[in-house]
Amino acid sequence: MTLPFIMVLAMGFLFACGIYLMLERSLTRVLLGFILLGNGVNLLIILTAGRGGPPLTDGKNLSTLGMSDPLPQALILTAIVITFAVTAFLLAMIYRSWRLVRADSLQDDTADLQVAITKMIDSEAEASTDYDDTEFGDEAESPITGAIDLDDDGKPHEREAEDEPGAATSARGTANSSGRGPEGTETEEKK
Amino acid sequence: MIDLLPVLVPLPVLLPLIGAGLALVLSKHSRAQNIVSILILSAVMVISLIMLFGVDAHGPQVVAIGGWEPPAGIVLVADRLSSLMLVVSSLVILCVLVYALSQDANDDSNETPISVFNPSYLVLCAGVANAFLAGDLFNLYVGFEMFLVASYVLLTLGATAERIRAGVTYVVVSLVSSIIFLAAIGVIYASTGTVNIAQLSERLSELPPDVQMILHVLLLIGFGIKAAIFPLSFWLPDSYPTAPAPVTAVFAGLLTKVGIYAIIRTETLLFAESSLRVPLLIAAALTMVVGILGAIAQSEIKRIVSFILVSHIGYMLFGVALGTTVGLAAAIYYTVHHIIVQTALFLAIGMVEMRGGSTSTRSLGGLMVLSPALSIIFFIPALNLSGIPPFSGFIGKVALFAAGFSDHDWLAVTLIVAGTVTSLLTLYVIGRTFNLAFWRDPADAEEPNEELVAEFAERKKAKLAGKPWKAQIGVPGSMVAATTVVVVASIVLTVFAGPLWDLSNRAAENLQSPVSYVSTVLGGDDQ
Repeated sequence: MTLPFIMVLAMGFLFACGIYLMLERSLTRVLLGFILLGNGVNLLIILTAGRGGPPLTDGKNLSTLGMSDPLPQALILTAIVITFAVTAFLLAMIYRSWRLVRADSLQDDTADLQVAITKMIDSEAEASTDYDDTEFGDEAESPITGAIDLDDDGKPHEREAEDEPGAATSARGTANSSGRGPEGTETEEKK
Repeated sequence: MIDLLPVLVPLPVLLPLIGAGLALVLSKHSRAQNIVSILILSAVMVISLIMLFGVDAHGPQVVAIGGWEPPAGIVLVADRLSSLMLVVSSLVILCVLVYALSQDANDDSNETPISVFNPSYLVLCAGVANAFLAGDLFNLYVGFEMFLVASYVLLTLGATAERIRAGVTYVVVSLVSSIIFLAAIGVIYASTGTVNIAQLSERLSELPPDVQMILHVLLLIGFGIKAAIFPLSFWLPDSYPTAPAPVTAVFAGLLTKVGIYAIIRTETLLFAESSLRVPLLIAAALTMVVGILGAIAQSEIKRIVSFILVSHIGYMLFGVALGTTVGLAAAIYYTVHHIIVQTALFLAIGMVEMRGGSTSTRSLGGLMVLSPALSIIFFIPALNLSGIPPFSGFIGKVALFAAGFSDHDWLAVTLIVAGTVTSLLTLYVIGRTFNLAFWRDPADAEEPNEELVAEFAERKKAKLAGKPWKAQIGVPGSMVAATTVVVVASIVLTVFAGPLWDLSNRAAENLQSPVSYVSTVLGGDDQ
């Protein structure tokens, strides 16, 4: 089986560019990478049939002599359809992601961050963590619903109200008092 | 009876697809849609059961789709392994559907658009069945793609920001695995001239060893991503927990196991000669240990159980990598056990979320008092998962360790040690979760849930006064029933461990002698 060198080269090029783009954090580039990669694989499959053969008929006679392998063509058709459908889905998802967070990039996992931050606060008694759930915070069209509030020492005015005697209380102390305080008084009242 | 069997083989793929079409047509009438889905999935379950008994008695069944004979046409093959997997998966799929529908009927938030859920769910079912029955590598790829595309839709149901974030990771990782698999198929076709698994089984062993190795590794990487084997497993605990509870349950139960199933086929049918025993065993050990260490660090129950899921994939890989009949039989038994237990656990977690308002161990508490039935439903699969005798998790692990010992190899013994440590750590994680979410007073939680605290206090007061007490939030009966069925199924695995073990053993023997598979598919005349 001989292969057209230029096609093999093109396939390798598509693979290389596809993988490079898929490693990006930007979602449109990931999509482009996927399209290139998909086409690289399709090219690979069609190349498994070897060089293209002559047409089956010269207009009068039908001959299968030197015919190219039809199976890869059948496979590639299925693969193209699947790639097409998945690309459409990815596009829709990227658009939705853009609508939600106004950013074309992969978002951080808040639950992961929370595990990391809990450990950090526990070990270092870090000062108040003053940032939003996502990189884009209030700019988001609809902020993440049900996300864990990383600011566990309450809103600024609440903090002030609680910290009247000593403003120098550590963040951990504040977190505890805001977290447990109300519950503690409630249970005491019940008793 | 024997004549009927080949007719049944394509039905587990065909019926759900027809059902998906019907469900789309009926999308305006959710009641009719639900009835159709439940009827179809029940039919699939009955058919799979008949197939399992038929195949066990009369040998593997082969159906050439459209009458095109094997080497050129597409074949569906039902042998013991695939019909056993079909039976288990159809049971799980049916129970989860019932659970999902009753949860949906009770959900006021109208979060999941029901008209999309049913068709995608049925396509997922068809894809999983197609992957189990495929006798053709490319058809296996099509099966994978069917359930993957359906899973993309199910994972991003409602398209909230959190689900889209998780969905992007999941979709991109799955796409990469599919592309690697497809490239492997292309290269395999280039080197052997066929994609029929039976023919490949004959021709691959004739290739030069280094070419075999490349093809083998390519396929294993593709399947390894799907099965969540250690270096390729980081996507799973990141993406599964955000999906709706029933979706997570069916993903956790089935999708990774389809990857394991494909690995079993690769190791036994395709590359029986070229062995990757050592790297696979090392990957299995790392999968177990790293997964369970991840679980220890988490505080969300869904994420904890997702990490445990990854970790326990290592057990199945251990059995497969051993390559002996006992090892394979143990892996098959463990896979069956794991499908059912993981699903039961995730369904129970879904009810915990409904009852306690979240799945975070930082805010839950007191569920043992508030909802004793729920805690039993959670407790049984949880113990089962951590391998407490007499449950099936214990039996499966003992079988695996016995298979490892009979290998007389230091690496296998290391794996046994890693497996024991993982099992104990699982018990620790599960015990801690149970303590926090079920046993402690909800007021002791780091971020107490006020409703739970108030309800708990009320319950205490009612008990002291000797008055009857009624829970404020009830979990719908059909959800409890569906979960109970899965939990009972996990107990059945213990009660009928003997027959099931024999069946797994026979399936493993079939796998160890690919000649019978090949001659059944190709009709005896070897090419």
